[in-house]
Amino acid sequence: MVVFYYLIFPGFLFAAIAGLLTAWFDRKVTARVQYRKGPPITQNFRDVFKLMVKEVIVPDTANPFVFLIAPAVALATATLATAMLGAVNMNWNITFVGDLIVFWYILSIPSIMIILGASASGNPLASVGSAREMNQLLAYELPLVIALTTVIYKVGSLGLGDIIAYQARNDAILYSWSGLISCIVMFLCLQAKLGLVPFDTPEAETELGAGAFMEYSGVALGAFKITKAILLYTAPIFIITLFWGGIQIQGLGILWAFLKYVLFIALFTVIRNTNPRLRIDQVLRLFWIPMTILSLVALILMVLGY
Amino acid sequence: MALGLNSLKKSIWVYHVAASPCNNCDIEILDLLTPRFDVERFGIVLVGSVRHADALLVTGMVNRQIKPRLQQLYLQAAKPCVVFAIGSCAVSGNFFRKSYNMGGPLEKAITEVDPNPIIMYVPGCPPKPEAMISSVVKAISFLDTLKPKKVKESTVRVG
Repeated sequence: MVVFYYLIFPGFLFAAIAGLLTAWFDRKVTARVQYRKGPPITQNFRDVFKLMVKEVIVPDTANPFVFLIAPAVALATATLATAMLGAVNMNWNITFVGDLIVFWYILSIPSIMIILGASASGNPLASVGSAREMNQLLAYELPLVIALTTVIYKVGSLGLGDIIAYQARNDAILYSWSGLISCIVMFLCLQAKLGLVPFDTPEAETELGAGAFMEYSGVALGAFKITKAILLYTAPIFIITLFWGGIQIQGLGILWAFLKYVLFIALFTVIRNTNPRLRIDQVLRLFWIPMTILSLVALILMVLGY
Repeated sequence: MALGLNSLKKSIWVYHVAASPCNNCDIEILDLLTPRFDVERFGIVLVGSVRHADALLVTGMVNRQIKPRLQQLYLQAAKPCVVFAIGSCAVSGNFFRKSYNMGGPLEKAITEVDPNPIIMYVPGCPPKPEAMISSVVKAISFLDTLKPKKVKESTVRVG
C-alpha cells in the first residue's frame, strides 16, 4: 500500500502528470496574457521525454557524485512530500504526531538539493544562483513558519489530518481575519519557494543564463523539471489543506477541490505575469520586514480570537 | 527511444550564439518570439544555457576572436545538437569572406571540432522569420534519418 501511495496514486505518477499539466496551464495562460497562442497541452511531457534521450554531461570542474545525486534526491523527496500530503487528504486517520513539521522539512530538501547540485557543478553563474537560492530559502522560511504557527495554535495539533478534521468540524481557517492574513503570507512564501517570477532570482534568465541549473543536461535536468512540476502541484494542495478545509475525494468534493486548485494556480500565474523580478536584497527585505510583521499580526489576532 | 526522438521534434530548445553579427539577424530571431510568429506553439523556446540546447542559432561571420569560443560552445552542447547558420554571413562569409579577421565561415569552424555536424543554412541578409521557421521544419524532417543507436552510444560524456 505504501509503495502504491508513493509510486502511483497520490505519489509519483499522478503528481508528475498533474504537475506537468499545471505547468502547461501556466505557460498557456502566460502566452494568452502576451497575446500569443501558446504551446499545445502535451508540450511539457514532450520536453521531459526529450530530455531523456539527450546526453548527460558532467563538467570537468564538477564533483560527479553530488552533481548527479542531487536531482535524484530532489525528485525522490518531492515525491515523498506530495505522497504524504495526498495520503493524509484521502484518509485523515493516517496522520501521526508532528507530520506537518516532517512534511515541511521534506519539502525544503529539493531547494537544498538545488543549492548542492549548483555548487557541485563548479560553474560561477550556477554558484551565484545557488547563493541566491540559499538567501531566498532563509528569507521565506521565517514568515512561513510563523504563518504555520497560527494554524497550529488554532487547531492545537501538529498533525495534518487533525488540521483537516478541525476544519471539517468548524469553519475553514481561511474564513477568519487571522486565517486570511496568514493565507496571503503563506501564498507569497510558496510563490518564492516555487521560484515564480517576482521571486525567480535564483534562475534569473536575463542575468544568470539558467542560474542554478546552468550545467545540467539530459536526464538530470529532466529530473529537476519533474521536481519543479511536482512542487507546483503540491503548493496549492498544501495551502488548501492548511486553510481551506483540505481535499475531499468524494461526490461534489472533487469539483470543489478542483476549483480551489485552479484558483490558486491562476493566482500564481497572474502574479507571475504582472510583476517584475525583485533583486535578492529586495526579496530578503520584503520577507523579513513586511511579511514577518504581517504574519506576527495574524498570530496576535489568532491569539485574541479573531 | 523513439518516443524521445519524436518528442525532440516538437520541443526544440535553441541557444543564440552571436558570432560577430551586425545585429540584424538577431533582431529577426527575436521577431520569432513575438506574438506575430510565436514559435513557442511549436515548442521552440530560447534557453540561457548551452547545456540545455538542442539547436545553436549562429549569426554573423565567425571572426578569429569568436572562433575558439564558438567551437567550445559547440562541444559543450548536449548531443544531438543541430547548428543553424542564420544569415548570409554565417552561411558563406558574405562580403567579409576576404576580410583580414575572418575566422570562419561557420561550416569550417564547426567541422574542425566535429567532422559530422548537422548544419542548416538559412541565407538572407537578414533572412525572413518565415525562412527560419521553414529551416526548422527541414531540420525536423532530417531528424528521421538519425539512427537511434548513434544517440545511445554517447549518453554520458565527461568534458
